[in-house]
Amino acid sequence: MSAAPELNPAIEVAGLRKRYGVGDTAVDALKGVDLTVQPGEVIGLIGPSGSGKSTLLKCLGAVTEPSDGRIRLSGETVYDGGWHDLDPRALRRDRIGFVFQAPYLIPFLDVTDNVALPLLLAGRSNREARQRARELLAALDVQHRAQAAIAQLSGGEQQRVAIARALANQPPIILADEPTAPLDSERALAVVRILNRMAQQYRTAIIVVTHDEKIIPTFRRLYHIRDGRTYEEAGAGRDLG
Amino acid sequence: MISLAGRDILHSWGKYAFTGLGLGLLIGVTLSMAGIYRGMVDDGKALLANSGADLWVVQRDTLGPYAEPSSLRDDVYRGLLGLPGVAHAANVTYLTMQARQGKREARVMVVGIQPGEPGEPRYLIAGRQIERTHYEAVADASAGFQLGQRVRIRRHDYTVVGLTRRMVSASGDPMVFIPLRDAQEAQFLKDNDAIVNERARVRANPALNRPGAPGLAETVSRSQESSRMVNAVLVQVAPGWSAAEVAETIRRWKRLQTYTVPQMEEILIAKLIATSARQIAVFLLILAVVSAAIVSFIIYTMTLGKLREIAVLKLIGARNRTIAGMILQEALGLGLIGFLVGKTVATLWAPYFPKYVLLEPGDAARGFAAVMLICALASTLAIRTALRVDPATAMGG
Repeated sequence: MSAAPELNPAIEVAGLRKRYGVGDTAVDALKGVDLTVQPGEVIGLIGPSGSGKSTLLKCLGAVTEPSDGRIRLSGETVYDGGWHDLDPRALRRDRIGFVFQAPYLIPFLDVTDNVALPLLLAGRSNREARQRARELLAALDVQHRAQAAIAQLSGGEQQRVAIARALANQPPIILADEPTAPLDSERALAVVRILNRMAQQYRTAIIVVTHDEKIIPTFRRLYHIRDGRTYEEAGAGRDLG
Repeated sequence: MISLAGRDILHSWGKYAFTGLGLGLLIGVTLSMAGIYRGMVDDGKALLANSGADLWVVQRDTLGPYAEPSSLRDDVYRGLLGLPGVAHAANVTYLTMQARQGKREARVMVVGIQPGEPGEPRYLIAGRQIERTHYEAVADASAGFQLGQRVRIRRHDYTVVGLTRRMVSASGDPMVFIPLRDAQEAQFLKDNDAIVNERARVRANPALNRPGAPGLAETVSRSQESSRMVNAVLVQVAPGWSAAEVAETIRRWKRLQTYTVPQMEEILIAKLIATSARQIAVFLLILAVVSAAIVSFIIYTMTLGKLREIAVLKLIGARNRTIAGMILQEALGLGLIGFLVGKTVATLWAPYFPKYVLLEPGDAARGFAAVMLICALASTLAIRTALRVDPATAMGG
């Protein structure tokens, strides 16, 4: 079931450009990307190496400043030739969740603290942060490992904890960079299932960058990126149940 | 907010503990060096306090008797006793030499005293004071002699009748007190061969062995063989008199160098151990620099091992001060572990030093502050590196 269009798209990108370097050596990594994702929608973003996928994620994640274009999040312009008086760090903390190819959990914190960390960094109380972390761990079926050290978790469990961390601050957007790459088919599909469930449960827009052939058919909307430009392909995603 | 530094330390406590132990040993050496300096100063003060003197009367233009050789006739004290304000005056001799007990040898400072007069050890930890006029000794416990043992000094054996403590020379040699006459003999009396040779020289000297002056050569020889010299006279001032005032009287009327307690302290601390103090100060400075370099290197290496985690922290919105605080707290934590280890080992190994090591709480407090400051400064390189980490690193770029 696709997400019903809402008043404001979660992500609206128009004419986004990114140029690295200057003069003759300058490289245009993004040459005018247009993209829209509705709340609760999970879209796939695929493309060959060097096509601009990572650059697009970095621009959307406020990690790299675009060279031109516009980014609107939930109807609010956050970038329009500049970061619009917004602190990129606060933007990342409060409005964007990240899931990486490797979970990149903090090894010296236990599972609950890893999930609670974004909330604590946002200034929430310890009690509130831990309560929210426990809820998310339960939603992702890893509540039984709440006190475990990261090294004690399996790869699939670590990825679920990473998803829980990305959801901690209830961001309207999650950017997932190859989240299933290290997993086998069954676990990869399980992760996609979780992302879909979380997107619908929390009305979160999720962009999944992937090369993983196993999960590409699961996206109802798929964007191809090639030579710094995006092309939307109407997907016929299968129901994952 | 949870303590990221605390969790990291707990997570890799073994690494921290061993690193802290290594740093602690270094800090222990630093604290011991400071303790050695304090011990030298305290030994000097104890030496002056335990002598029971208010004034030291020594040869003119010398810093004697501890810092420079000083020689006075042993009847000088009689003249001093007649001066106003002088309650007691007693001869003393000081001579650093080897003393033997059985097959064992010890470097000691032999002090010649007049029993019951200034210069005698003021308290004993065992035995009694010297009561006989010859061949009894009171030794500082650090010399290692036991009560009843016989100690050989030059040509005579002395029975240890008492033991005292904290009576050492400015260079840390334990003192052995013997009667003044014995000490004069030990210091000034020539050996038999030298006496025979000297008598022959006098007899062969026509100016001293003239036919018209029988007995002159013998008189000259006898005067050369006897010792009437001491190194200093210790004076106790009568109640109601100031030491400075009496010292001035002695200088004026006896034309002898006289030092008060503060002046003698100045000589011992500012002059006698000044070179050692500078030596220790330079060593402390080097140790501080080495400690800073080690802490800096350790914290930097630890930070390099966490760059990915730091990038993730930055990506999920951690402020720079959160990351800097984590590294700073880890450096301070390492310093705290190091200081606790250092203080403990310095306390444990202090009694095994041959010289007195005085670990003052004030030095420990200053040392702790210095360690914390060094650790804070040493963490700046790691903090700079951490703050330069691009959050994009976490995204693989």
